[in-house]
Amino acid sequence: MTPSPLQIVLVGVIGLLGIGLYGLLVIRNLIKIVVALQILVKAAVLALVAAGYASGHVNLSQSLAATVIVADTIVAVVGIALAVQVRRRFGTLDVKALSTLKG
Amino acid sequence: MLYALLVTGTLLCAGMAIRAKRLLSAALWLAGVSALVSISLYRLGAHEVAVIELSVGAGLVTVLFVFAISLAGEEAMEARAVLPKPVAWGLMIVSAILLGWMTLPLRASEGGPVEQASFATLLWQDRGLDVLVQIVLIFAGVLGVLGLLAEARVPVEMRIVERPAVQPAPPAPARPVSPPAPQPAPREVHV
Repeated sequence: MTPSPLQIVLVGVIGLLGIGLYGLLVIRNLIKIVVALQILVKAAVLALVAAGYASGHVNLSQSLAATVIVADTIVAVVGIALAVQVRRRFGTLDVKALSTLKG
Repeated sequence: MLYALLVTGTLLCAGMAIRAKRLLSAALWLAGVSALVSISLYRLGAHEVAVIELSVGAGLVTVLFVFAISLAGEEAMEARAVLPKPVAWGLMIVSAILLGWMTLPLRASEGGPVEQASFATLLWQDRGLDVLVQIVLIFAGVLGVLGLLAEARVPVEMRIVERPAVQPAPPAPARPVSPPAPQPAPREVHV
């Protein structure tokens, strides 16, 4: 049985979500956390378009995906700006070093 | 076959973006993920979104990452992760199995596309609220860029003390105090 293009793309979506989730759980560098978030959102965009392809509403899925791409870009910009300011203020990008809670 | 190659390349680039030691390498691998995802989107029929993803995801965001890395600098992290790696692997595998169980039985609808409205009509008329939200988000992005470029005034107690690279010279031996030199007499000015 040959997998359909939709199933192959869905496997890619699942893989991208898994890799992004793993990155969020493991990485301590602020800029690389933004990279992991970007991978997660790319998986979401691909899943939206794959759902539109499956249901025959590709244009509707495109309009939703465009909104997601804009939001993703803004999240990346704000996250990068935060990371740069944290680096200037604390001298590190390590999220563990930013924690001031003790105990 | 083409889809399998695209998905394999996308997953490879994503894995390398997470595993890369250098931040610049991670940003470039992420650009590769964006480019391959945009090809997949184009093949699925989402032509406009593929162009947006290629120009924004692989272009603008990569430039922003490189700019931010040049501002913040590379930083070597310790190998210790936030969570233990076996726990992270377990969570990743469980979530992937659940997602696959829910989504892989999906089949494409038969009978071709059912919608008639174009992408522009859907975006500007049916999803007008989304466009307003996008405008607000773009303003937030402008503020984010201003924050990226701003030179924040750091409080005194949080400043990083920089040690001078050169040690201060030892004090010079005391010299005998000499009387002050006589001031030169003011010159007379003849008019």
